Amino acid sequence: MNYEMVIGLETHVELNTKSKIFCSCGGHSSANEPNDCVCPACSGMPGMLPVMNKKVVELAVTAGLMLNCEISRYTTFDKKNYYYPDLPCAYQITQLNHPICTNGVVTLKTSAGKRDIRIKQIHMEEDAGKLVHVGKATCVDFNRTSVPLIEIVTQPDFRSAEEVLTYLNKLKSMFRSGGISECEEGAMRCDVNISVRPEGSTEFGVRTEIKNMASFEAIEKAIRFEVQRHIDAIEFETEELVQETRRYDDATGKTFAMRNKETEADYRYFPDANLMPIIIDDEWLEQIKAAVPEEVDAKVDTYKEAGISEKEVDMLIANHNASKLLDEVVSLGCGAKNVAGWILTDAVSILRKNGKLLGDLDISAEDLAAIIKLVDDGEINRVSGRKILAAVIEEGVDPIAYCKDNKLDEKVDTTVIEEIMDKVLIENAQALEDYRNGKVKAKQALFGACMRALKNTADTDIIKELLERKIDN
Amino acid sequence: MKEYTVKISDKGTIAVDDTILVKGAQCAAGSRILEGFKPLFSAEAVTRLEDKGYVVAGKTQVGEFGLDLVGEFSYYGEKAEDLKGAAAQLVSKGDVKAALGVDMNGATRRAAALSCVDFLKPTYGTVSRYGVVSCAASGEQVGVYASNVEGIKEIMSVIAGHDDKDGTSLRKAAYDYDTSLPVAGKKVCIIKELLEKADEETRKRVEDFAEKLRSNGVVVDEISCDIFDIANTTWQILMTAETCNNVSRYDGVKFGYRAQEYKNIDELYVKTRTEGFNFLTKAVILYGSDTLSKNRYDDCYGKALKVRRVVAEKYAELMKEYDSVLTPVCSKTAYASYDISDAFEIVFKESVFTAVANLIGVPALVSGGVQLMGKHFDESVLLSLAGSTERVGE
Repeated sequence: MNYEMVIGLETHVELNTKSKIFCSCGGHSSANEPNDCVCPACSGMPGMLPVMNKKVVELAVTAGLMLNCEISRYTTFDKKNYYYPDLPCAYQITQLNHPICTNGVVTLKTSAGKRDIRIKQIHMEEDAGKLVHVGKATCVDFNRTSVPLIEIVTQPDFRSAEEVLTYLNKLKSMFRSGGISECEEGAMRCDVNISVRPEGSTEFGVRTEIKNMASFEAIEKAIRFEVQRHIDAIEFETEELVQETRRYDDATGKTFAMRNKETEADYRYFPDANLMPIIIDDEWLEQIKAAVPEEVDAKVDTYKEAGISEKEVDMLIANHNASKLLDEVVSLGCGAKNVAGWILTDAVSILRKNGKLLGDLDISAEDLAAIIKLVDDGEINRVSGRKILAAVIEEGVDPIAYCKDNKLDEKVDTTVIEEIMDKVLIENAQALEDYRNGKVKAKQALFGACMRALKNTADTDIIKELLERKIDN
Repeated sequence: MKEYTVKISDKGTIAVDDTILVKGAQCAAGSRILEGFKPLFSAEAVTRLEDKGYVVAGKTQVGEFGLDLVGEFSYYGEKAEDLKGAAAQLVSKGDVKAALGVDMNGATRRAAALSCVDFLKPTYGTVSRYGVVSCAASGEQVGVYASNVEGIKEIMSVIAGHDDKDGTSLRKAAYDYDTSLPVAGKKVCIIKELLEKADEETRKRVEDFAEKLRSNGVVVDEISCDIFDIANTTWQILMTAETCNNVSRYDGVKFGYRAQEYKNIDELYVKTRTEGFNFLTKAVILYGSDTLSKNRYDDCYGKALKVRRVVAEKYAELMKEYDSVLTPVCSKTAYASYDISDAFEIVFKESVFTAVANLIGVPALVSGGVQLMGKHFDESVLLSLAGSTERVGE
């Protein structure tokens, strides 16, 4: 008999925020020592109250929008009670009754074609600390306590390990491009719910849950092992399947049942009276929506259709700020391909000169659009445009004012210059002929002669431009 | 009662109940479980007072987590025959200008009534709860003990107002309190059902207070209203559940008391909490975890949340007709000492007078041994009504 696996995922993703979810502690990921990044609030001291970090709400909503979810306009927090030394308050603040996002869907491209995975909900919650074993003693490190997480819960829609991995990779690239999470090692953790049934059956088999896996490799191996275990149990009656929580052991590649005590707890969820319900009004939602990047696949297509080269598309996808800037400048009326050149060639070379990278680019869409328009409208030449761009990037000047102040938009009367240049060309007829016969180096000689003849009366760029116009035609 | 040192200050000295943090001073909330806990910061209300030049004279003893009648079950206290709250007594004797207390289940109001000082539990969200040893977050508020309404007004004007560190703090930056609004023509009701729960002396206090109000032109009616028992039961469900959850952080791992011997983490938890909490707190924890348990949630906690809204609506209806409700604060004018094993039931019964204000967040003022409750943000009406009686015969 053929069997079909039915899998649902709960994925915890650490959000990319400056501070923790309910206090102002920051920088836990770069903390050197245990408990370097704690305050009375996140270590559970009496008298401290949680205060909502607005950025967490915005990132959770962004994730919801990217996964096509309904966004709750009214969302609340609940307390989940359990005792563990790494949980300072003996309760975790999470969302049970009114999660921030519900009913989403994400489309996967797999070898079997397009597959829709339904998202049941996304909720916000705080992380716990960790235990550190030192010899016989156990110590607690609260650096991670209250680090903001979102948990994305899918419906049991996966039918293969490949689909699971495609989904996780897609979440990863989406969340990176949306600035939601860096999704680094350990910042994305999965609980996998698995059951197996005969192909064609519509009923679900006995479900087991494998908890807390951080690597994609482990997830894939765990799924393969667990599915086989289920099939063996059904086919050969090797064991009786029970609904339980299991742990995957990387060393043996097997899953093991966790103690019942850990799984049958009554968490006594109830609303957290310290946190007022969060109301997401139209204005706030629109603000968040405006900042949500297009889905990666769609974006790649859009860029390619606009004639942007594959290499440039890759650069844009890898760099959220650059693609956001490009989209904004395009929306101000510039051509996508043109803008891509300005950002990925001109701006990048200016940044490099200053020892910086594309990620450091700090220019407003308005400023860049203004520069591009000056050039496109023929007000200035590209060289001048580049000069303005450098000034904007390096000194943060206003491009229009800089253009005026430096008289870059003044049409130079080139007749005098051209007369002199014509004379130079006649005097250097041999060089000109050599150049026209394909001796590229001769161009440099002609240029040098023009420069000498004109001394400092004309701009190098203009001389170059005029010379090229004369000798190349 | 703990020793306290009185420092000299132009503004005056303040006593602070041990459920409110004062930087560097042990804060144990009357419980062994917090023995030796010294906070790194002061409560917002304390900081605001100190910034204005008031001096904290000392911490006053409270019953463990403020769960008892008036502070009789403190781990640190002495047994007294005649039960009275420490802070209320200090104010009554004039040793301090005023005191801060957390009103969570009526202990502070009862203490004020027994010592015949004034106490205001303001509208929920008025005073920051930052630095309060929290039990029932949805209904507790920092309140003020003083010898008269002027004293309440003075201290409230300093401590009330928005605080970013408390998510339940209302957005209003500052509050103006008045103690001398015109009271003639105001309407006050006395609740028949609550009077019947009080002894004769207490009833007389209410009647005398009503007489003084009448002499100032206030209309006082006796009416029947059935929300108070329901409000009390509802509040006890919410209060025990929230308290059970909030004291669960006292587990011996991080601070405060830890059992001497234990073999593993479970034993550390069990022994620490068995030895650290008193019988009343344990009773509250048991009731609280029961009402939150999976099987009971819908019938207990979930229902209580809905009833809370119903009570709020009924109270609002009552307040369309009246400016204030006049009630006893306790069933007696003095409490005799009793055994802690009876505490849960005794406190539950006595809270019928006080619980509604915690449940729905309305202000409650104790003055002259009686209680005036009003509409949200109507503290000035209550202070003026009580003020008018304090001025009678002057």
